[in-house]
Amino acid sequence: MAVIKKDLLGLEGVGQDELTEILDLAVSMKEVMGRQIKKVPALRGKTVVNMFYEPSTRTRVSFELAAKYLSADTVNIAASTSSAVKGESMRDTATTLEALGADLVVLRHPMAGAPHLLAKVGNFGVLNAGDGFHGHPTQGLLDMFTIREKKGYLKGLEVAIVGDLLHSRVARSNIWGLITMGASVRVCAPPTMLPIGLERTGVKVFNNMDVAVEGADIVMMLRMQLERQQQGLFPSIREYNRLFGLNKERLALAAKDAMVMHPGPMNRGVEISPDVADGVQSVINDQVTNGVAVRMAVLYLLAGGGSSEVDN
Amino acid sequence: MRGPVKQKALILDQDGIRRSLTRIAHEIIEYNKGVNNLVLIGIRNRGVPLAKQLAQRIMQIEGKEVPVGILDITLYRDDLSTLSPHPLVRKTEVHFPIEGKAIILVDDVMYTGRTIRAALDALMDLGRPKSIQLAVLVDRGHRELPIRADYVGKNVPTSKKEGVAVLLQEIDGEEKVVIIELEEK
Repeated sequence: MAVIKKDLLGLEGVGQDELTEILDLAVSMKEVMGRQIKKVPALRGKTVVNMFYEPSTRTRVSFELAAKYLSADTVNIAASTSSAVKGESMRDTATTLEALGADLVVLRHPMAGAPHLLAKVGNFGVLNAGDGFHGHPTQGLLDMFTIREKKGYLKGLEVAIVGDLLHSRVARSNIWGLITMGASVRVCAPPTMLPIGLERTGVKVFNNMDVAVEGADIVMMLRMQLERQQQGLFPSIREYNRLFGLNKERLALAAKDAMVMHPGPMNRGVEISPDVADGVQSVINDQVTNGVAVRMAVLYLLAGGGSSEVDN
Repeated sequence: MRGPVKQKALILDQDGIRRSLTRIAHEIIEYNKGVNNLVLIGIRNRGVPLAKQLAQRIMQIEGKEVPVGILDITLYRDDLSTLSPHPLVRKTEVHFPIEGKAIILVDDVMYTGRTIRAALDALMDLGRPKSIQLAVLVDRGHRELPIRADYVGKNVPTSKKEGVAVLLQEIDGEEKVVIIELEEK
């Protein structure tokens, strides 16, 4: 086991034992977050660099808080203010970060595979915080953590993921993780937003949302990435909302105690109606809180490269 | 569970452990003049069943229940940066306020004192207790920090080449303290 040693680049190929270990560790980390003094000295003296080449609020803040709760020092680099705008290559950036003494680098990048390249050229650990349309492993982990926390288990649950699957790295990480953990995943999107060959991952593909959410234990909505919708993948936002938006009536088709999830930021009135987003079945705020716990777990693991049992 | 160990000498058997804990329970009650403001906190792993047993003894003697908490000190270790892979972190479970309480910290073996140092830091992050006292089943010497135990089951002079293994019913299925030969690394 132990696919995750120096880096966390994606959830594909990560086994059940390892995922469980991270989720268990996150439970301990969440306990730390519940304390009055939310700080432990575990990563004292380590430097975590947050490098974001794409806009982000919750992921960046979440990683920063996670690192701070573990007493690491954090530095934030936004692409717009970094040497990347001067044309510095990824390889040179890596050398620079190394020279500055970075222990862990959290990278968000518009190109799929950018974290893999950085991990290859740098001697620090790399955490993928979202790369292109590839993956967003910590989001997948925090979603699994949230489901497991509420339901107690993952195996056998029916999870419906609805929305723009073509552009969604969140969906991809969730699919890899959930299938590994034994959950059953349904996906639903307009045909123009379904990547070809998605069913090979083991998911069931639907085009009709009513059928997709029927009896589902979890309804996970994806953000309509309006900034990527210049290509006319669907006729209008109104039509999208009518066919693929989650509202009260559709949610009633799911299991009685179904959970509503959304990775945020939400387009209220597009993929999700406000009454559902703020309703009793919504765990969207829990997802945000749990994100910090999961990232603490991952930072801790990567800073030490796995885990072992030690006595005394 | 501990793996198979090569036993060199038996320090305490089941009865010995029972007697030690009973004496410590009496000492705790005597020193604190009762148990009114007392809480017990066991350090994972083997401090936890010991703390529970002490609470039972105190219940038998004084007829009062003393709350028992669980402390995981992994995140407070001073050797994390040298340990790779990192040890497993489990949950700290202290479900009562420790503000103003007299805490009895419980562990199985007292050695360098570094575990206790970490535990003290961890406790201070949970609140401001009135006092902290330390109870250990075995003190094997070789302190590296100015820390001492208030209640000791048994003092055992050891060599650094030896190990002290505490086996407890709840975790190991049997109850005894033995000196073991450490394998050469």
